Amino acid sequence: MGLIEDIKKNKASYLMIAPYMLLFTIFTLIPVVSSIFISFTNYNMLQPPKWVGWSNYIRLFLSDKIFLKVLRNTLIFACLTGPLSYFMSFFLAWFISEFNPKLRAFLTLVFYSPSLAGNVFFIWSFIFSGDVYGLINGWAMKLGIINEPINWLQDPNYILWVIIIVQLWLSMGAGFLAFVAGFQNLDRELFEAGAIDGIRNRFQELFYITIPQMAPQLMFGAVMQIGASFGVSTVVMALGGLPTREYSADTVVTYLIDYGTVRFEMGYASAIAVILFIAMLLTNKVIASILRRYSFD
Amino acid sequence: MSKKATLAWRKQNRSMAGNLVIFAILAILGVFMALPLIYTIVNAFKPFDEIFIFPPRLYVRRPTLDNFVLLFQLATNMWVPFSRYIFNSLFICVVGTVGHILIASLAAYPLAKHQFAAKRIINEVIVLALLFTPQVTYIPLYIIMSNLKLIDTYGALIFPAWQMTLGLFLMRQFMTQIPDALLEAAKIDGASELRIWWRIVMPNVKPAWLTLMILSFQQLWNQTGGSFIFSESLKPLPTLMSQIAAAGIARAGVGAAVALVLMIPPIVLFIISQSSVMETMVNAGIK
Repeated sequence: MGLIEDIKKNKASYLMIAPYMLLFTIFTLIPVVSSIFISFTNYNMLQPPKWVGWSNYIRLFLSDKIFLKVLRNTLIFACLTGPLSYFMSFFLAWFISEFNPKLRAFLTLVFYSPSLAGNVFFIWSFIFSGDVYGLINGWAMKLGIINEPINWLQDPNYILWVIIIVQLWLSMGAGFLAFVAGFQNLDRELFEAGAIDGIRNRFQELFYITIPQMAPQLMFGAVMQIGASFGVSTVVMALGGLPTREYSADTVVTYLIDYGTVRFEMGYASAIAVILFIAMLLTNKVIASILRRYSFD
Repeated sequence: MSKKATLAWRKQNRSMAGNLVIFAILAILGVFMALPLIYTIVNAFKPFDEIFIFPPRLYVRRPTLDNFVLLFQLATNMWVPFSRYIFNSLFICVVGTVGHILIASLAAYPLAKHQFAAKRIINEVIVLALLFTPQVTYIPLYIIMSNLKLIDTYGALIFPAWQMTLGLFLMRQFMTQIPDALLEAAKIDGASELRIWWRIVMPNVKPAWLTLMILSFQQLWNQTGGSFIFSESLKPLPTLMSQIAAAGIARAGVGAAVALVLMIPPIVLFIISQSSVMETMVNAGIK
């Protein structure tokens, strides 16, 4: 069946999607496709783009040592904070779901408030401030753990870890909310059936009944988490500056912002984005195939 | 079986030791999450000399409203009235959020529940788009906006918010869980697709769109307008707040006050919508 006939037959479906798709095409699809095109050009925003083929990509991998460093940082963030945040938000949502509604609402608020409060993470720059007035330095010196203040946000030995901590603090995001909502949407009869069929503890219940039902939320959470852990940037720039000292905590995204908004090398910046996109895509495929194994359908 | 019976089954499957471990984890993580926020709130009420003492304190000895008074004075002395910034922010947040929920969930319903040719490809494209870093689409986006004459209008912030992939994806994921039987029953009764969406699908995914409301509001609330909004009289609240806070160390207390003021609306909205989520679950229709 051709597309035209299909549209005629399912007119209602297409009409309902139309407003969204129109906006989506204008504000997401066209920009994304054109940025892939720009990645094959040299473009400084003043002169028209000049086609250069693969040269941006070749430069990225063969002659840009800093790129390899920021790639390493990004992978550290993605491999550490990604799974940690994901499991933390899932298990916290699960713990919370067992409480009565009032307590559940309160705990959800406690865990979600860091993400809710928006730009409040700047408070971490006071906590990890490099002078004696920083909370950590002040107390570590008072208690005699260290003799002089540590410059947490400038010292390449520490900054990566500080950002991991802040990132974890911020990580109860959209995925966490979806999990909390998902746990409330579960089919209660299945739990009763499970209990009759000999489910003995909460972990069996979780694996055999809850997780298969939560597949859509688990997928949503995973996609959001991939985006969050590969996209670490705001916290890095707010705490460490752009770029951080010796690029010790820079990520692919801050590197991209550096090239895109400071040096105006749009072609190169777009190539960086495309590489990041491909990395996220591959991760997504792997996670989707794992999750599919655990769901009902 | 009644709800009480469920609870009885559940109790049987819960061990005391497990409960203790869970409480311990919740307590530790809860403190970790809450402390920085409490520190922000405390700092907002600290007089200047208390902000710089050694060692730093997690409480305030002589609480003062000075920081808020100073913030208020700074805000009233602007040539654009303070109320205008508040209006801008609220307008962008409300129109952006409501439009996003309606447009995204209208599209999510057929994508979750109907069968048609373009469904698979649209679903794939949405997931792909979700993974694309927004920072790099910035230049093409600017060019498109300027061609549509959206630069320096509320539209530059509102229209892109209406099509955030986040919302469509979330709504679609939740709508797949609605039983087909429910929709077919409505169809047999002669309801149109639009009616089914509004009367059956939307009430059944209330937790989802309340979640989306929080996410969307929060994202819009923290938006600064970037390089799409130039006239001062159209800028949202966070730009003003960051200008005040940017004045540096002398304003450290004011900075904390600003943060506190900015974080109140999303938190209030969150508390309100949370209670409606619970209400829905009590009267949940389908499960």
